[in-house]
Amino acid sequence: MSNGARDLLRNTWHLGLKEFSSLAGDMALMFIIVFMFSASIYADARARPETLHRASIAVVDEDGSQLSSRIIAALHPPQFITPEMVSLDDMDRGMDAGRHTFVLDIPPGFQRDVLAGRAPALQLNVDATRQSQAQTGAGYIQSIVGEEIRAFAQRSRPAAVPPVELVQRTLFNPNLSNAWFSAVTAIINNVTMLGILLTGAALIREREHGTIEHLLVMPVTPLEIMLSKVWSMGVVVLLASSFSLQVVVKGIIGAQVAGSAVLFGLCTFLYLFAASSIGIFMGTVARSMPQFGLMAILVLLPLQILSGAMTPFESMPGIIQALMSLLPTTHYVALAQAVLFRGAGLALIWPQLAMVAVIGTVFFALAHHRLRQTIGTMQS
Amino acid sequence: MSATGAAGASAGPVVRLAGLRHRYGDTLAADGVDLELPAGRMVGFIGPDGVGKSSWLGLIAGARQIQAGTVEVLGGSMADARHRRAVCPRIAYMPQGLGRNLYPTLSVFENIDFFGRLFGQSRAERERRIAELLAATGLSEFADRPAQKLSGGMKQKLGLCCSLVHDPDLLILDEPTTGVDPLSRRQFWELIARIRANRPGMSVLVATAYMEEAERYDWLVAVDAGRVLATGSPAELKARTGADSLEEAFLALLPEERRDDHTPLTIPPLTAGDVVIQARGLQMRFGDFTAVDDVILDVRRGEIFGFLGSNGCGKSTTMKMLTGLLPPTRGEARLLGEVLDARNIATRRRVGYMSQSFSLYGELTVRRNLELHAHLFDLPADKAAARIAELARRFDLAPVMDARPDALPLGIRQRLQLAVAVLHGPDVLILDEPTSGVDPVARDHFWQLIIDLSRKEGVTIFITTHFMNEAQRCDRISLMHAGRILASDAPDVLMKQRGAAMLEEAFIAYLEEAGGARQEEGSAATGMPPPAHAPAGTGFSLARLLSFSRREATELRRDPIRLTLALLGSMILMLVMGYGINMDVEDLRYAVLDHDQSIASREYTLNISGSRYFSEAPPLASHGDMDARMQAGKLAVAIEIPPGFGRDLARGRTTQVSMWLDGSMPLRADIARAYLAGVHGQILTETATRLTGSAPAGLAGIEVRYRYNPELRSLVSMVPLVIPLLLVFIPSMLTALGVVREKELGSILNVYTTPVTKVEFLIGKQLPYIALSMFNFVLLFILAVTLFQVPFKGSFATLALGALLYVTATTGLGLLVSTMTSSQVAAIAGTSIGTLLPAIQFSGLMDPVSSLEGAGAAIGAVYPTAHFLTLSGGTFSKALGFADLGGSLLPLLLAVPVLTVASALLLKKQAR
Repeated sequence: MSNGARDLLRNTWHLGLKEFSSLAGDMALMFIIVFMFSASIYADARARPETLHRASIAVVDEDGSQLSSRIIAALHPPQFITPEMVSLDDMDRGMDAGRHTFVLDIPPGFQRDVLAGRAPALQLNVDATRQSQAQTGAGYIQSIVGEEIRAFAQRSRPAAVPPVELVQRTLFNPNLSNAWFSAVTAIINNVTMLGILLTGAALIREREHGTIEHLLVMPVTPLEIMLSKVWSMGVVVLLASSFSLQVVVKGIIGAQVAGSAVLFGLCTFLYLFAASSIGIFMGTVARSMPQFGLMAILVLLPLQILSGAMTPFESMPGIIQALMSLLPTTHYVALAQAVLFRGAGLALIWPQLAMVAVIGTVFFALAHHRLRQTIGTMQS
Repeated sequence: MSATGAAGASAGPVVRLAGLRHRYGDTLAADGVDLELPAGRMVGFIGPDGVGKSSWLGLIAGARQIQAGTVEVLGGSMADARHRRAVCPRIAYMPQGLGRNLYPTLSVFENIDFFGRLFGQSRAERERRIAELLAATGLSEFADRPAQKLSGGMKQKLGLCCSLVHDPDLLILDEPTTGVDPLSRRQFWELIARIRANRPGMSVLVATAYMEEAERYDWLVAVDAGRVLATGSPAELKARTGADSLEEAFLALLPEERRDDHTPLTIPPLTAGDVVIQARGLQMRFGDFTAVDDVILDVRRGEIFGFLGSNGCGKSTTMKMLTGLLPPTRGEARLLGEVLDARNIATRRRVGYMSQSFSLYGELTVRRNLELHAHLFDLPADKAAARIAELARRFDLAPVMDARPDALPLGIRQRLQLAVAVLHGPDVLILDEPTSGVDPVARDHFWQLIIDLSRKEGVTIFITTHFMNEAQRCDRISLMHAGRILASDAPDVLMKQRGAAMLEEAFIAYLEEAGGARQEEGSAATGMPPPAHAPAGTGFSLARLLSFSRREATELRRDPIRLTLALLGSMILMLVMGYGINMDVEDLRYAVLDHDQSIASREYTLNISGSRYFSEAPPLASHGDMDARMQAGKLAVAIEIPPGFGRDLARGRTTQVSMWLDGSMPLRADIARAYLAGVHGQILTETATRLTGSAPAGLAGIEVRYRYNPELRSLVSMVPLVIPLLLVFIPSMLTALGVVREKELGSILNVYTTPVTKVEFLIGKQLPYIALSMFNFVLLFILAVTLFQVPFKGSFATLALGALLYVTATTGLGLLVSTMTSSQVAAIAGTSIGTLLPAIQFSGLMDPVSSLEGAGAAIGAVYPTAHFLTLSGGTFSKALGFADLGGSLLPLLLAVPVLTVASALLLKKQAR
């Protein structure tokens, strides 16, 4: 038995080394991997705006008073693009074309009415299809405008101090920097993409070139073929993502990563085991590379968008939450956020880690079963 | 044949090479070649593997780029692109390898039809020609069979049909009969002879490994090490060297040092041992097709057992059953006394197997391939090194140890495969056409190795071959036809039984008796169609473009899984993502750390728990508790109420409530903050009302009007955004393998050697996918307005026009990636990263493009998805039409030619 285990290790090791040589020979693929974990991460992190950032706003100033210009001056970068002054007629066209997300309409006689205590109303038009900015932006504008009016009015009459103040304290990412978040999300996405693609496509390539069949007449088992692909591609992606985290995310982008890089590496490796098992499983289902490519898109897209890395997981419909919990990515996203931002330790995250391992094992077993089954019917 | 063709054929040489040099790495494929080939003749290129024959033919055909020297074909230089385009309709090129330039899922008829269309033939002309060609090659009854289901011999005949459909003046055949059984081979050459009888002006260039075939050619070029050794008719060459056979003549022509120790093979008598390979009633069925039936075999230790049969008769399937690769449907195979079981690793260590097609790693060096197998067979390191060195010497691999098999000629690759098969010193060797494509000298070397293994080391050899002189060397042979064994005995016995002087005759006699020689000889009288030259279209041709579209569409139709994935898959994705992407942040988990525990504090928190945005978790006990639960990600917000909150409030003293936000997801934290501020304000107003009895008069109010989507329904805003996403990922992935797959599988040669232009090829490939994507768009649109009930307010015509431009751009993007990459894996990875990142992050799905910065903003400005998102959002939610959205159509319109031109610039029209 120990002999068998030794064979398993040896074959898995050497077949894995073979994968490295194959990869090294494919310059385009090497370039893509390097690009994905350097420039792509950087561009992603730098492009995404900080929470409310450069929101496009236009103002219809029908008042032309001191107060209205004070309000307009308060809407400034970085939260807003310097407001564009438009006429009432142009307002609709600008919103229709998507040029303005917000249009603030200051009615005639606004300052007079405020000072007279007549409590006039401003109108704020919000393009509600811009969901990410609509609500937060409206909130910002309301508080900025309210503040300006109060300060202006205070010169004429004292304002009441609110009895309860709400004090904000932000943990883990004090400035709510989107760059940090985007960078980590980008790493997660790229780990998922490569984990699935590299192994699955490598399997199909071996099938299309007849090399799998050749391996199977030698003392090599499907299990060894699978394990060798999992560990070798796992190491490639693990190294690339660790490099990216240390150099690009911490170094260049300057994110303060609270948690242990080693623990995150462990999470990533376990996750890669699960992702590459999914890749191999897809490789046994797809009959050709074009089919695999389509299948990959159909799997990657929901994994990227619905695993909680883009929008909060708890806000998704129950059924989607239930479905996505069956996939390892959801748990990996939770792990990454816990370890990297909140500095969580093994004691806190082991349940998710265990889930990733269990899901990975299930997919690995499924893929192993399918691979053994399909070998007999494979066309060389 | 055109007037110029006739003149060229009679006036001078059809091909003139001068000072031709061609190099791959360290190997010289052409070393200053000066050669003139006479027109209207059958010219053969003979010589060992890897001396440059294939490269020369590729250069003559215009499929390879000339490095140095002159190549003149049909009266003009092949370095001149204009001349190439002008003469390529008069040249036909059939590359090495069985059916390498055919399209496997297309039927026999469709394959020929495709080539006919490329050369601009009318429908009537094509049908007439195809009917005649099929009749002449005996393929008529297989017209509807997909090319991938043809036997090797039939594939070669089909390849020939495809080459002949446009009446070439120059036919170039690179080892056309390699791997083809004797019967099919004979039929093939009879066919060529008939064609030449009908078209005497046609010149034929053939590279071959069969010297007996070369005997029948008009004129020969003996090639070695990238140089011409001699030229002349077979008789002249034999006379010049005083040799009896061409094979001997060739050996005599070789320089002294290359002639080495070539001696005729002698086979010591066999002392056969116990039965090693035993098969009883083996049967293999694929569906209702019986590939192999009732095979009975007994092979003894040390025996060389030959397994003969026509292409596709079930030899390879039988061998796969004997190696345990394929479990038989019925019957039993025993190897070394044990019933074969695919899982029995111990048996596999004692067997060496060599499959028909090259199945080692083309991307690893020869040395790495050998080392890998040494490891897999668990040879100790020192022994492995010695063994590899020995094999490198015995199989003459030493000069290529650091080369990659991908770049080596077939013959050397076969030697490598055999070296790998014997590496671990197996008891049994199962070899499936090991000498196919190997030159005569190397084949004799090969056989010397096999004989040594058998006689000296007692290795049992089970071998298939199409060479009768090799079959003659076997101790016993079996003849197989249509899945059954016809006869099994020593070669001499079989010949005697049939009264044949040659084994080949005996073989054909057995096959004919079994009905193998179908009456597929077309009547020679019908012959070939009258030469009617297709116009050598040099400009842009819509017909050629459409012939590529047609072919691509047929291939797509033959792959229902891909169609289903593209259509059904995108609808499922729309469902999942339409419901799943939710910008409404709801059910945020919060907990309260209440130091006060007063009525006022409870009232305060009650207001929060009443909000739909928050869901309450058990209260917090301490700061430590809060830290732990925040760190575990169990809370999005914690609210801390200070001691004395109720008392201070009652006394009108200002007090502070703290909210602790989990900042690890900024979007969520931000929204939570906004919600809490809102709730807080509400509480204040209510408190004030209660205390003073009237609402405090505000200074000014702000009316917020949410436009386009007043209820802030995520679905209404998300669905119009999901459609653009799906129409970038799926169309680009559909085309992403379009070019690189042809590169990997070989059919790209048809682009090199036919008059098709790069733009015709690219757009032709793209059209079917544009059509499919538009169909997909309509499906998604219907789904959006029916199932999701997203109101559509704008101009459908504008949206549809935008979609058309958009999918043209996205399919073009896929093709661009495809022309840039060299492997399918890289193309898939490249397309994924090239679409997912910009489309999801930089195109305004999450954040408006106007708010982006840096590289992201630049990409967002030009990326098609950004513009189509505006179009889709504008027409769905904002009741807009062409006049309002013209600005978004223009960038899409520009993207189309930019992408196509980029692809065309990157695509090569010749191999290196």
